[in-house]
Amino acid sequence: MKYRTELVGVGFATFLALLGAAFARDALFQAHMWVLFFVLLGGTVLLLRQTRWGAAAAEPVQSEAAYMDGPIRYGAIATLFWGIAGFLVGVIIALQLAFPDLNIEPWFNFGRMRPLHTSAVIFAFGGNALIATSFYVVQRTSRARLFGGDLAWFVFWGYQLFIVMAATGYLLGITQSREYAEPEWYVDLWLTLVWVAYLVVFLGTIFKRKEPHIYVANWFYLSFIVTIAMLHVVNNLAVPVSFLGFKSYSAFSGVQDALTQWWYGHNAVGFFLTAGFLGMMYYFVPKQAERPIYSYRLSIVHFWALIFLYIWAGPHHLHYTALPDWAQTLGMVFSIMLWMPSWGGMINGLMTLSGAWDKLRTDPIIRMMVLAIAFYGMSTFEGPMMSIKAVNSLSHYTDWTIGHVHSGALGWVGMISFGAVYYLVPKLWHRERLYSLRLVTWHFWLATLGIVVYAAVMWVSGIQQGLMWREYDDQGFLVYSFAETVQAMFPYYVVRAIGGLLYLIGALVMVWNVAMTILGHQRQEEPIGGAKPSSQSGLQPAE
Amino acid sequence: MALMDKHAVLERNATLLLVASFAVVTVGGIVEIAPLFYLENTIEKVDGMRPYSPLELAGRDVYIREGCYTCHSQMIRPFRDEVERYGHYSLAAESMYDHPFQWGSKRTGPDLARVGDRYSNEWHVQHLIEPRSVVPESIMPSYAFLKDTPIRVEDFSTHLIANQRVGVPYTEEMVANAEADLTAQADPNGDWDALLARYPKAKVGDFDGNPQALTEMDALIAYLQMLGTLVDFSTYDEAAGYR
Repeated sequence: MKYRTELVGVGFATFLALLGAAFARDALFQAHMWVLFFVLLGGTVLLLRQTRWGAAAAEPVQSEAAYMDGPIRYGAIATLFWGIAGFLVGVIIALQLAFPDLNIEPWFNFGRMRPLHTSAVIFAFGGNALIATSFYVVQRTSRARLFGGDLAWFVFWGYQLFIVMAATGYLLGITQSREYAEPEWYVDLWLTLVWVAYLVVFLGTIFKRKEPHIYVANWFYLSFIVTIAMLHVVNNLAVPVSFLGFKSYSAFSGVQDALTQWWYGHNAVGFFLTAGFLGMMYYFVPKQAERPIYSYRLSIVHFWALIFLYIWAGPHHLHYTALPDWAQTLGMVFSIMLWMPSWGGMINGLMTLSGAWDKLRTDPIIRMMVLAIAFYGMSTFEGPMMSIKAVNSLSHYTDWTIGHVHSGALGWVGMISFGAVYYLVPKLWHRERLYSLRLVTWHFWLATLGIVVYAAVMWVSGIQQGLMWREYDDQGFLVYSFAETVQAMFPYYVVRAIGGLLYLIGALVMVWNVAMTILGHQRQEEPIGGAKPSSQSGLQPAE
Repeated sequence: MALMDKHAVLERNATLLLVASFAVVTVGGIVEIAPLFYLENTIEKVDGMRPYSPLELAGRDVYIREGCYTCHSQMIRPFRDEVERYGHYSLAAESMYDHPFQWGSKRTGPDLARVGDRYSNEWHVQHLIEPRSVVPESIMPSYAFLKDTPIRVEDFSTHLIANQRVGVPYTEEMVANAEADLTAQADPNGDWDALLARYPKAKVGDFDGNPQALTEMDALIAYLQMLGTLVDFSTYDEAAGYR
């Protein structure tokens, strides 16, 4: 009897959500429980339609030899769906900063939309890309089916529920105000449960592997999963006002709270957006380039150095604050040291193309991956530089930080994910090739142009505003009022929105390409770089 | 290299790899965060600091809910221009009752650590309803709806109790009077003596221009008007508090 347990579970959860709405102690919790109720009710109905009540014997037995690709197919689609949502909200809030009348109070004000954008991009787009690719990679490199049967489906759907609850919560005004950890206590608890299930599936698959060695990509995925679990649990320690209310108060206060949050915040970057995506790089770049990883030793050194050093870097978000000086200095020193393992990873990725550099001309997917690695190298140079206290005194609180984050997020995380999805889609849906490689080239250039525009404009606006804040005249008076420095940002905010829009359009081209591939179409087109030198010169090879 | 060969042990044993990588990532956090709970200058008490009054706490909850921290910092760095623009640099003790902290990371708008007493209540009301009517260059969203949203008084003491549980020294008297204090602070005819004895320097009286109703606008302005006003820097011992 397929799905009976699942149906009972979801049905019971739906009932609990209804009780939560009925007995809520505050209006926001009530609204959020209604959202949960209707989402779960939809899930229950879908499950009911699929449940078969006949004898279990009629079920085809799933072969243990076959890989489990269902959750990965759904994950690839979810990655694109949430990617478009996240980029779109990004363009909207960029426009809100240029044209404040676009704020629609109370639900669509910038303060509520900004966490929606950051969470959608980091956790919904990035998270789905990581879960999907890690499930793909761990099966192939272990030569084993995913552990835990339908647990992988629980991870997928549970994670989508987390995203929906977090996103609707932000718009309702439910937030802990901890950057990149905004969801309130009950959503955090749910994510903890889903994350433990994710660890069980991933680790269980490694345990039953048929390969003697654990492949390097899996080290990165594993340390990403484990470290995020630790960071998530510690950073979200809080005491709820009521178990039927949304509000909680953080277990820590002031300085302690600030460093705990940025210990989390920086390692959301270090482990979610770096270690996890390095795992992706270590599998998909060699696959697409059809070359082995450049150096095995370098991967060992760079793995351990990276995960050890990253954790220390958090205090660089708190330079010149009330955090003790020694902690700030420690954070700075470790951030600068972090440059080395980061570039070790970059070199290992780039040099994997040794002997295959010609593919850059003919394969836009490998071009995308190489650009991702190049942006990884650029951001991991810029980051340590900005962590130097003297530089940070200028850059902190300005748009320079925003530009830095986006060269990492759009350039590294976005491009490596796009590359991986382009690689995966034909394999997952058993298509001979993508619908169109020419469209991948379009996507590549639109995205690259978007990133360059975005980052360059934010450098200018950030440095300009930082300098305006500290500018003195001959008599020793501050030259600019704060409002004047806000006004000076207007042209940059408009151009930044255009950069973001280009990136969004590129992603829409990708959605079209992927959808046509899944539907089984192939576009007739000239192969890229297909004109061989021999035919151009009119010479024919000897028969 | 012999060390590299030993690595094969980790590559063959998933449990060992899990334990080793987890051990490696815990070190930094332990070394950096744990001392903050013991070091003198991070847990010092400074004269004047007190827990938030119920109305200020309610206002702070509105501040958090609306994501004000996404554009406003509450942390003045010890630079000449910041001190001249915003006031004395922020002390660790000034956010000792902040669960969670609101230092922020971006100044799309100005720092608010010492915005208290800088503008009148009327200015704040006008600014929150239509920011560009008082600051033409502003890109802040409008928050007019706060004026029409009543504060839920019932059971407000549960908020103080939750704060007690995370270490804020609310007394039993403060908890018992939470609902009464919440209404009294914004009531122009309220009896403020007991409230001010419990929460010295609290701003009292109507805030939002509508004495009949207790709204989120009252609460938010009561919070903004007390920001940075508790510590008297004319008596603060700079050398003792040096970080």
